[in-house]
Amino acid sequence: MGDLLLLLVVFLATFLVGGLLILRIPPRLHTPLMSMTNAVSGITVLGAMLLFTKAIPGWWLSVAALAIVAGAFNLVGGFTVTDRMLGFFQKRGTHDE
Amino acid sequence: MYSSVIVPLVYLLAAALFIFGLKNMSHPRTAVRGNLMGAMGMLIAVLVTVLDPERVQTYYFVLGGIVVGSVVGAVLALKIQMTAMPQLVGLFNGFGGGASVLVAGAELARTAGGQVNPYVMLTATALSGLIGAVTFWGSMVAFGKLQELQMFKKPFPIPAQQLINALLALVLLVTALAMVWGAGNYAVLCYILIVLLASVLGVFLVNPIGGADMPVVIALLNSYSGLAAAATGFVIDNNVLIIAGSLVGASGLILTKIMCKAMNRSLGNVLFGVLEAGSLAGSADEMYATVRSTSADDIAMLLDGAQRVVFVPGYGMAVAQAQHAVRDLGQLIEERGGVVEYAIHPVAGRMPGHMNVLLAEADVDYEQLKEMDEINPTMETVDVVIVLGANDVVNPLARTDPKSPIAGMPIIDVDKARTVIVVKRSLSPGFAGIPNPLFAMENTLMFFSDGQKAILDVVAAMKEL
Repeated sequence: MGDLLLLLVVFLATFLVGGLLILRIPPRLHTPLMSMTNAVSGITVLGAMLLFTKAIPGWWLSVAALAIVAGAFNLVGGFTVTDRMLGFFQKRGTHDE
Repeated sequence: MYSSVIVPLVYLLAAALFIFGLKNMSHPRTAVRGNLMGAMGMLIAVLVTVLDPERVQTYYFVLGGIVVGSVVGAVLALKIQMTAMPQLVGLFNGFGGGASVLVAGAELARTAGGQVNPYVMLTATALSGLIGAVTFWGSMVAFGKLQELQMFKKPFPIPAQQLINALLALVLLVTALAMVWGAGNYAVLCYILIVLLASVLGVFLVNPIGGADMPVVIALLNSYSGLAAAATGFVIDNNVLIIAGSLVGASGLILTKIMCKAMNRSLGNVLFGVLEAGSLAGSADEMYATVRSTSADDIAMLLDGAQRVVFVPGYGMAVAQAQHAVRDLGQLIEERGGVVEYAIHPVAGRMPGHMNVLLAEADVDYEQLKEMDEINPTMETVDVVIVLGANDVVNPLARTDPKSPIAGMPIIDVDKARTVIVVKRSLSPGFAGIPNPLFAMENTLMFFSDGQKAILDVVAAMKEL
């Protein structure tokens, strides 16, 4: 039970820290913020990969493989498109200085 | 040694990179680095997991899956047009939620009946399946709506939708309780039922929501995908999933709240409410009796002498792909000594910050992009406002008519500027379905035209002056 408590504390503490950081982000960057955090939620790909370390009944293996595809799609696509978007913001920001 | 020391340490480092990455997202200059830090965190976490010696036996599956997902995701991300950004974000988001459903399900199938702490694990699994499935299907419907696919143009007519949703939620709750109480018996069956019911619920929840409310839905689904990932973290007892998921959940929730506030509506009202027709509906013809229209040449003359010009873009600018033309016109005005700014309403477009990205893509300097609260106090000193593809967010009824469905919604006070030019195809109402008295005001001129053509015509007329 101690473990659960620790995990809950981690969850809540991160929620608060994350919230404080996000409140400082100006509206003009809200789309990149959303698409970057969206990519971060692809972290479940780790969970999918860890399934392969364990004995797992037959066809659930393909479920895990599908999860890897979906997670990788989410995170690689998300980070790439965010980088592309932010490039537009930076382009002007730098050569004006 | 490897899995008990190195892996946790690298996971911790990854979590730190996510947090610092987010911190760097607060300024356009550092945001690229912030995004890279996030990607780095993800990369090291994935690498340290792949390199775990225990995993060698099933390398193909893991690597194959990563390659397929990454290539498809990267190609889409690089090829897609910036105007299609809201639906792409929705699509990625959905797949994140979908991955959570699959992981939690597979883990359940593996351990059913034999977990150390069945109640916690089963509760987390049920949550993961529920939130993940709602995220996936909700995002798919949102994608269909944003992409304007034919079958999503109108909501599917579902009788007594609220009642059905409530029933679905109730059955979901009972199934989840049965799954947890059963402590392993029929757990997989219950889980599949939860996922199926939640899938229907996800479709039903997003189905009735219209275009202008999309920013709220997209932000909320974003939050859900994080919460699903965090729930999966509880299922497999993994800190980095919990931290990453929690960050995303917090971010999406805050964005949702900001979007709701910008519409002066509660989240419940956006999700379940129906916009009621305003008190002035029906009297539109009378209201529009004094509308004056104008031409590209007249607008060019006006702009030629203007000291301060403000563009107010809305979703219509995105539809007409007019952002590049707008940038050209802005530069022409600047060359003639005018100051050009862009006033962005928080819910303009189809996702939070949508207009900013489009204008940044068109090379507009981000210093010229002003927030509503920043520009409103100085609106009286603006010579010309050009409203392009926006309607409800500049409707003065929000301030003056307490019975209006948009009463109290913060708006950009364009009516206080010296001259307002509204570029619009017709006098048709916006999303809220109410007439806009702005169009008939003394200082307003209507330019009836397609958004992009209108701006290009004005550019041509200005060059001839």
